[in-house]
Amino acid sequence: MARKISILIVDDEESVRESLQSWFIEDGYRVASAENAKKALTILESDEFDIILADIKMPGMDGLEMLRRIKAHNNEAIVIVMTAFATVDTAVKALKDGAFDYITKPFDPDDLTHLIRNATKQISLVDENENLKKKLTSLENVEDIIGNSEAMKNVLRDVESVAQTNSSVIITGESGTGKELVAIAIHANSPRKFFPFVSVHCGALTESLLESELFGHEKGAFTGAMYNRKGRFEMADNGSIFLDEIATISAKMQVELLRVLESKTFIRVGGNKEISSDFRVICATNKDLKSMVEKGTFREDLFYRLNVVNIHIPPLRERKSDIPLLVDYFIKKYCTTMNKPPVTIDQNAMNRLQEFNFPGNIRELENMIERAIVVGDGKKITLKDLPLEKTIVSNTVESLDDFESAFILQILNKYSWNISRTAKALKVDRVTLYNKIKKYDLKPSDQQ
Amino acid sequence: MSVQNITLISFGYFEKDVLEQLAESVEREFRCSLNLREGHIDLSEFYDTSRRQYNGNNLLKHVDSLAFPESCKTLGLFNVDLFIPILTFIFGQAFLGGRSGIASVYRLNNTSYGLAMDDNLLLDRFKKEVIHELGHTFGLIHCNTTTCVMRSSTYVGDIDQKRMHLCHTCRIELGLQ
Ligand SMILES: Nc1ncnc2c1ncn2[C@@H]1O[C@H](COP(=O)(O)OP(=O)(O)OP(=O)(O)O)[C@@H](O)[C@H]1O
Ligand SMILES: [Mg+2]
Ligand SMILES: [Zn+2]
Ligand SMILES: [Zn+2]
Repeated sequence: MARKISILIVDDEESVRESLQSWFIEDGYRVASAENAKKALTILESDEFDIILADIKMPGMDGLEMLRRIKAHNNEAIVIVMTAFATVDTAVKALKDGAFDYITKPFDPDDLTHLIRNATKQISLVDENENLKKKLTSLENVEDIIGNSEAMKNVLRDVESVAQTNSSVIITGESGTGKELVAIAIHANSPRKFFPFVSVHCGALTESLLESELFGHEKGAFTGAMYNRKGRFEMADNGSIFLDEIATISAKMQVELLRVLESKTFIRVGGNKEISSDFRVICATNKDLKSMVEKGTFREDLFYRLNVVNIHIPPLRERKSDIPLLVDYFIKKYCTTMNKPPVTIDQNAMNRLQEFNFPGNIRELENMIERAIVVGDGKKITLKDLPLEKTIVSNTVESLDDFESAFILQILNKYSWNISRTAKALKVDRVTLYNKIKKYDLKPSDQQ
Repeated sequence: MSVQNITLISFGYFEKDVLEQLAESVEREFRCSLNLREGHIDLSEFYDTSRRQYNGNNLLKHVDSLAFPESCKTLGLFNVDLFIPILTFIFGQAFLGGRSGIASVYRLNNTSYGLAMDDNLLLDRFKKEVIHELGHTFGLIHCNTTTCVMRSSTYVGDIDQKRMHLCHTCRIELGLQ
């Protein structure tokens, strides 16, 4: 967006003008304000504003009269009226007189966001029609998708062509290949990019939780709920919803999902008001959905609705030429976040990385590099900093618990039992780590 | 960005561990040194009986008046429900390009929305909110990058959709890159 959208605030109360002015400035708008209708009309004679946000009750000329005058002058003007609770009737009158919408004081911050977004949608539509032909379609905002291999270039080409459409997309690929990253790239390059990208990790939630997660619930629906909870579909209005691990949802949720995708409307748990939302669906899975359909564990109709476009991300072992780029990228990333001077990597270590199969794909590579920077000498990553051959699974390890306990002990020893550093390396919080230490009765070797 | 010093000042009870983790994230993100302080004020002076909430404008002004000499940015941490007259509530607010900000955990808690307590999620949300408000004090406005911590979030679930970090563009803006 080249041009800043502009908003004129008209309200006799100074604190209202000030609060809204800073709110909109922080949101990137050009803002001006006026303390009465007369001043506002004077400003409008010499300057154009996309949106006029006007109080109804003001001394002198009221908001309704101002609205009529603005509309008589420029029928396209977007005027939103602000009203106190008691004057909703007047607000309805304002709508008849051509106001775009009204909002009741004090505003729910989220209502304000939506209101202004809806208004800006109208404006950018007009502008976009003019700019559409000139606009170069090349990928933006994918600075953090690294990869120069043919395979990765194909993925990015797919992202580019699908981003401009509203089609449902399924992203497939093994764990850690970057499915979520690709989903974000699709959104960030779509016309929906100024609206939310909302992700749902379907696999992590039980059926009833998922239902409330997706559809939201009314404040009375559960004990202790003080506020309404918006569901993910509602949050994704005008934006994109990312349904991760779509293969894990239950038969009942498959039916519900299909219904929502068809109608784009739903009802909150414990509510009765129908809510509609305009979202684009992006899904991801590391399962073979097609064969799940054949086996009857995934609904065919839902599959076809979701699988309009399929983007497949190949595993890292099939695009090993990306490994050096990724290694450099992760080194830079972690040295920066850990506030360390940049390190290099030994050629020998790099060669071995390129031979490794990476069952956990890029996530595994990323974790390896992060760890190497933590344990290394701060100058050069060498083979000994990379867990490429060392195995933590010894003969005494049989159960998953044994494995976890041995692994945690190994990392604890590596960090000389520094709990914070160990917890950080394991990506768990300290409480979790303490609980594990207690559970497995782990002790430093000199105390055993 | 030259060496900066940020003060986080807690008003009301926060677990030591929470404050330390918060401090660590902020230090990392802005690459600055950080002080943790405890503030002592009579919160009832900021309580609005008709709204049954605490006045965020007055609290922000109070934090701004503290002006620790060693510190260029001060952020007040609260655990009460904050509002400003025109909005039903705020997660926090800050002086854009100024010296001070405030943030509260109150509305970030899952239990307020009828969900189970989740300490880790709560801490993550709080870290993001604190970094976001500090970003404003450094002059950053809202960012459209999908995962940037400076993206605007007006609903609690929106906070979960962004990462805990400034995006590349915002980091460049602050001279951190
Ligand atoms: N091409 C890439 N360039 C840079 N980083 C990448 C790339 N692909 C993946 N990553 C990083 O690897 C990690 C895993 O990526 P992501 O979460 O998108 O994988 P996923 O396919 O969704 O995995 P899962 O199926 O386990 O959820 C992330 O930290 C991501 O930033
Ligand atoms: Mg994923
Ligand atoms: Zn903000
Ligand atoms: Zn940003």
